[in-house]
Amino acid sequence: MNLNETNTAATYPIGQHPSMPPPAAERGIIKWLNINLFNTWYNSIATVLGLYFLYLIIPPAFDWVLGSATWEASSNKDCRAGAGGACWGFIRARFVLFMYGFYDAESIWRPNLAGILLVALAIPVLVPKIPGTRFFAIPLIFLYPWLAISLLVGPIKITLFSDPAFLVLWIVLIISLVFLGFRGIKTNNLAKRGLGFSLAYVAIILIYLNWGLGLAPMETNRFGGLLLTLVLAITSIVVSLPLGIVLALGRRAESLPVVKYFCIGVIELFRAVPLITVLFMAVNMIPLFLPQGYSFDNLVMALIGLSIFFGAYMAEVVRGGLQAIPKGQFEAAASIGLNYYKSTGLVVLPQALKIVIPGIVNTFIAMTKDTSLVMIIGLFDILMITKSSITDAKWLGLEWEGYAFVGLLFWVLCFSMSRYSQWLERRLDTERRN
Amino acid sequence: MNRIANLWYDQNFRHLFFQVLAVLAIAYFGYFLFDNTSTNLERLNIKPGFDFMNEIAGFMPTTDGMNLTGFDLNTSTHKDVFIVGIFNTLLLAIVGIILATILGFVMGILRLSSNLIISFISSAYVEGMRNIPLLLWILIWYFGVILAGPNVRQSFNIFDTAFINKRYIAVPQPLYTDAIIFLCIGLLIALVAAIFLRNWAKKRLDTEGKDFPVFLTSAAMFLIIPYILLAISGNSISWEFPVLKGFNYINGIQLPASYVAMLMALVFYTGAYIAEVVRAGILAVSSGQLDAARSIGLREGQISRFVVIPQALRVIIPPLTSQYLNLTKNSSLAIAIGYTDLVNVFTGISLMQTGNALEIIMLTMAFYASVSILISIFMNWFNKHVAIVER
Repeated sequence: MNLNETNTAATYPIGQHPSMPPPAAERGIIKWLNINLFNTWYNSIATVLGLYFLYLIIPPAFDWVLGSATWEASSNKDCRAGAGGACWGFIRARFVLFMYGFYDAESIWRPNLAGILLVALAIPVLVPKIPGTRFFAIPLIFLYPWLAISLLVGPIKITLFSDPAFLVLWIVLIISLVFLGFRGIKTNNLAKRGLGFSLAYVAIILIYLNWGLGLAPMETNRFGGLLLTLVLAITSIVVSLPLGIVLALGRRAESLPVVKYFCIGVIELFRAVPLITVLFMAVNMIPLFLPQGYSFDNLVMALIGLSIFFGAYMAEVVRGGLQAIPKGQFEAAASIGLNYYKSTGLVVLPQALKIVIPGIVNTFIAMTKDTSLVMIIGLFDILMITKSSITDAKWLGLEWEGYAFVGLLFWVLCFSMSRYSQWLERRLDTERRN
Repeated sequence: MNRIANLWYDQNFRHLFFQVLAVLAIAYFGYFLFDNTSTNLERLNIKPGFDFMNEIAGFMPTTDGMNLTGFDLNTSTHKDVFIVGIFNTLLLAIVGIILATILGFVMGILRLSSNLIISFISSAYVEGMRNIPLLLWILIWYFGVILAGPNVRQSFNIFDTAFINKRYIAVPQPLYTDAIIFLCIGLLIALVAAIFLRNWAKKRLDTEGKDFPVFLTSAAMFLIIPYILLAISGNSISWEFPVLKGFNYINGIQLPASYVAMLMALVFYTGAYIAEVVRAGILAVSSGQLDAARSIGLREGQISRFVVIPQALRVIIPPLTSQYLNLTKNSSLAIAIGYTDLVNVFTGISLMQTGNALEIIMLTMAFYASVSILISIFMNWFNKHVAIVER
């Protein structure tokens, strides 16, 4: 019997042989290597070549980044005297410029505070484990934007609202609007309630912006570096999502052909041309479009261009979600007596947006990356700051340090966004299955 | 009163009312823009209209070594600048699309490899490229890689035909002789022959079940037929080779460093997106299809050719089209490193000189929009060609 030949030390009755460990080639790391790296002759060659490729890249890169890097430098002379690795002293010496651009050095606490507030409000909203999402989301959406504006740029004077003579009038108006809103609650009149409170909110915000927090005004052309990149990315994200939803809904408004074709025109025009021409258009054509004496600064024009451009992309993403909602959902909503706005807002959009979260986040990532294009119209975003820093005579020859730093920043931003969206997608997916 | 209220609750009336409102709003907005623009143009002393296209440009919109449209500094107009810009943009976009497709397909297939090292390298490539702005890649390729290359006199010499240095890549230029005509005729014949061969092979496959290597035969025909024709007619293609003279290369085409950097950045960046598209397309073929193919005894090569690739292509083509469009549109970033594409020379310099912002931006947008439409039409046709034929 075979069994006895291989294991002569003991004999067992048939069927009583204890389990043997698998042969060496069929277990543990050897088996793993066999399956994953050396299963065929060409895979073995590929593994060896791949390992050699990694060997060529990783150790020198590691050495450059950490091993022989210079951490202290006051000019590129110190860098050349170093061990030949990266000269991070350059980044450290210019760190404030990279982060805040030409923002007033004494006022750096203002963007810092705005950033801390944003993180403090956004994290509870983004992480579902922290309770009280609504408690943080409402101030984040309705109060934070205005707070951030007055922190970053200071007061914004709007003639009609800054004149003290008008102030009394405005206050009377706001009080009466709030009164109208409360009447709406009492009589259960939705139109009165909505109109009263939302107009009062707008008026209060407009008056508030005139005084802000009483901080000194800061010209937007002093914004730069990571601060400008984040301001551009976050603002265009916040504006383009609602714009995209409106355009997508307009495109599907079959009973309103004028609105439909207008939306199709806007969407297709902006999707057919490069962002750079849209930015050129914003900078060169908006001044022509405005009446004499009115002007926007470059930052605002770039924001308008970015928002409309990505609004068009967002519209197509949202349209994909709207198309995925079966017609029965609309019909069911209509049959229980919901009008267009309610059935769209309460039934269709929540489902549609949930489906297209990956697409929306991909557009956010594209937006974050494409804010770097504003350097072409002369704004000092983090890429432009890097480009001008490495041409500074004091720091010549440090291209790689600058690019590596900016590249790492963007990579961390975009990669974490994409991972968050994948995680969110999985989470929402399991919910649907249950 | 009651009737008016009823009218208000009539759906058709409400739709009409809101549309009239929308038309009025758009018309008023249009008038507002038009009115402001015409006053502003008058104030700035800019003549509206396309007359500026016939004015002499007075600047050189392309580098000397790559002046393939014959631009002349003294006589050429802004219209010629427009043409040079389009030519240079297309030169970048077409070569970029071809190379990015090759790189993307290779990387996408490698990412599916069972070999962990290979799929790791491919994933690292894709994630690294996709999460960093293209503009940064362009700057890295230009300032970090190409400008760190050797001087002109120490150029990399590739078999005495191409020379790479930090300012340009010098490559041979074909001379325009009769041989070109014969070459074109030969290619045309090969194309016709390939179409016939394909139809014949498909018919034979359908009726007799015998397979024929159409792709390899066609490729061979494209290589051989023009050569036979050239040999019979006694012509040969002559090339003008770059030669080092003094401090510079003369003759041949000199592709400027900015072109090479743009090409590299676009190819590697778009290649990562195409790799993802290809990977998703191949994964979309259900494993049941593979099992079925194996169960009827197809070999691995046949499974790829007859089962996986045709089905994967259907999923791949629509997103691949949008990647081609993205690459074409992204070529406009060339302005950052001074490659002479359309946006740089026309929307940049011509606009600065003439001030006709409206017309120039409209022409630029019209160009990109028509390229987008052309690529979409072509890819839709190709897509229809590979789409499932429902029986």
